[in-house]
Amino acid sequence: MALLQISEPGDPLPPHERKLAVGIDLGTTNSLVATVRNGIPVVLPDENGHPLLPSIVHYGERGVAVGLAAEALQALDPQNTIVSVKRLMGRGLADLADARRFPYRFIDEPGMVKLATRAGIKSPVEISADILRALRERAEASLGGQLAGAVVTVPAYFDDAQRQATKDAARLAGVDVLRLLNEPTAAAIAYGLDNAAEGIYAVYDLGGGTFDISILKLSRGVFEVLATNGDSALGGDDFDHRVFCWIIEAARLAPLSPADTRLLMVKAREAKENLTLHQSAPIVTALSTGEKVDLTLTADLFTAITQNLVAKTLAPVRRALRDAGLTPGAVNGVVMVGGATRMPQIQKAVGDLFGAPPLTNLNPDQAVALGAAMQANVLAGNRVAGESWLLLDVIPLSLGLETMGGLVEKIVPRNSTIPVSRAQEFTTYKDGQTAMAIHVTQGEREKVVDCRSLARFELRGIPPMVAGAARIRITFQVDADGLLSAAARELTSGVEAAITVKPSYGLAESDITRMLQESFAHAADDMAARALAEAQVAADQVVAATDAALTVDADLLDAEERAAVDAALARVASCRAEADHRALVAATEALNRATGEFAARRMNRSVGRALTGRRIDALT
Amino acid sequence: MIDFSRNHFELFGLPERFRFDGEVLERAYHALQSEVHPDRFAAEGESARRVALQSSARVNEAYRALKDPVDRAQYLLSLRGIDALVATDSALPFDFLERQLERREAAAHAQDAGDTDALEALLTGVRADCATLERRLAALLDADRAWDEARMRVRELKFLGKLAADIDGMLGELEA
Repeated sequence: MALLQISEPGDPLPPHERKLAVGIDLGTTNSLVATVRNGIPVVLPDENGHPLLPSIVHYGERGVAVGLAAEALQALDPQNTIVSVKRLMGRGLADLADARRFPYRFIDEPGMVKLATRAGIKSPVEISADILRALRERAEASLGGQLAGAVVTVPAYFDDAQRQATKDAARLAGVDVLRLLNEPTAAAIAYGLDNAAEGIYAVYDLGGGTFDISILKLSRGVFEVLATNGDSALGGDDFDHRVFCWIIEAARLAPLSPADTRLLMVKAREAKENLTLHQSAPIVTALSTGEKVDLTLTADLFTAITQNLVAKTLAPVRRALRDAGLTPGAVNGVVMVGGATRMPQIQKAVGDLFGAPPLTNLNPDQAVALGAAMQANVLAGNRVAGESWLLLDVIPLSLGLETMGGLVEKIVPRNSTIPVSRAQEFTTYKDGQTAMAIHVTQGEREKVVDCRSLARFELRGIPPMVAGAARIRITFQVDADGLLSAAARELTSGVEAAITVKPSYGLAESDITRMLQESFAHAADDMAARALAEAQVAADQVVAATDAALTVDADLLDAEERAAVDAALARVASCRAEADHRALVAATEALNRATGEFAARRMNRSVGRALTGRRIDALT
Repeated sequence: MIDFSRNHFELFGLPERFRFDGEVLERAYHALQSEVHPDRFAAEGESARRVALQSSARVNEAYRALKDPVDRAQYLLSLRGIDALVATDSALPFDFLERQLERREAAAHAQDAGDTDALEALLTGVRADCATLERRLAALLDADRAWDEARMRVRELKFLGKLAADIDGMLGELEA
């Protein structure tokens, strides 16, 4: 007998009519995709049960790898393994204070930097699209159908260029964006709905590469952002980098190759994460030059070398409180979001500022994706009766126009609730002037050079008049995604003259069309080639990991065991040169089995080390 | 959707006067946005979304204009055909200007000395004067209907608002 499908009570749509909508957290370090299932938001894991997808893309000889497979290759091939691409979205080379920190081959282009990779010149938009595509595919496989759309989150402090770049990346990946949603607001939804919260809440969101602070008022199902501030170039990565610099100094290392740089950055991150739970962390590895690193980083030292980074997060918090007209005491609770908020010193600093311990009952890695999924569910039209909420968000940075003397006239002030529409009138300064160059900027500073250039356009066809007689109304409109559109009209003649808008951040419509066409072409690759490429990537991953492990812990194996591992490695190497993907998969599996016991011993060793470090403080 | 010809007060169903209840305005605002916000129309057609965008922006603009005392007073006067901020006939009263100049100088000194306490005290004083002016405006606009005097008080209130924002900015810089 066939099973009948039965809807949930109160569910307005039978299951087969529900639109498949997801929330996507496109993070600096990790990305997630989530959906609402049976009224509950859940993160969709990959086929191995991993909820997080590392935001890492590897351009290999035969194909693109995204996520864990790419992560394994970052130390091996740093120039073609792109991590933290979010830090490059909508940014030119001049914007990157730390361009030398990245091992990539940058190409400076107006508006947005590009990277030279084995697979050609890539824009950060294309690289982000590869991540989004992987998430879309994961969601479609999991949900069994095509997505109707997604809510994609962005840092609240992202400017127009960064937001536009994100939307373009989604388009390239075949993701229909229902809404760009600010990350703190998404987390507030997850928190607020989960706890039926009312009152004033701050969301402190410290991710891998971005920091946001948002102050929201939650009342009767309305989430109203009062003020938002942040730093779109500050995150957990910077804490890693401090540790990295300390390692170089403490171990007195010579200038590093890109591969060793990446290796030490990974070690630095591990140490930082280790220190969340322990009082000290071992940093032990060997570089490609043969130099050994054998250090111990204590929690106190870590706090000392990173305390100015913590202070850097508190300044935007104070500014946001000022803009909202609130004292720290007026805030009912502080919600912590982002993996980096696990650091004990962060929790202490935030607790000290607000006079109460921060709220940590939300999963800091998943809150944003879950909130986005809830919003996606609503926007796709899957509304449940009696459950509706309203999001009133704001624009984080003032929008303005360049005026005479290189100054900026602010048209839309920061923290204005969106959507917003503002108009301002300007006039000509020369007799008979028939055109006007309009330069749109974003930022809080007085001078144009200190603000971000968003777009330039020309208003042509102004009827010739005496200087100062023309009345040109320029209208700014910011939509619910925080994206700007501008228009200009000359009022005395009632004429809306031709406008050419040139977005300063770089990707023109023709670029996007070309990229879309290229990606369709690649989709026509045959299945076998794809399978081989994936098998090779997986093989490389295990080989790299094994080599790295042997470099450090080879002493854990006796001669016989070592011989077995070496033989398995050789088998993988020989299969890799062939085109038979099945043989390669088998050889890779064999290598995994051969190193299983080795991995267990390594784990015991590092646990032992960690416990040794703690002994004095914790085990009594 | 939204009748664009209505004035801000009509839009929220509020009486046309300066004295108002913030709670009532907020409830009206939330109720309106619940109806017109673009998120309500995400699953509908392009034109529905465009209308929602314009309507929602209009509601936000009206809310902003009524919430801020200077904007509200200015708006009330504009409904009577009076442009409050055109600096045509008279300058601001001399003793008013003198007092504010003294405050500015004191703020500059406090800023140079890094004296946040002095700045906080100045800010409190300016805000107290703002509150007094708002009470006066309520009487002038709602009871006496004395538009010319109201115009002057609005300009003073705006001036004080700018001074308060500047001192606030100085405090912000010292704290950062």
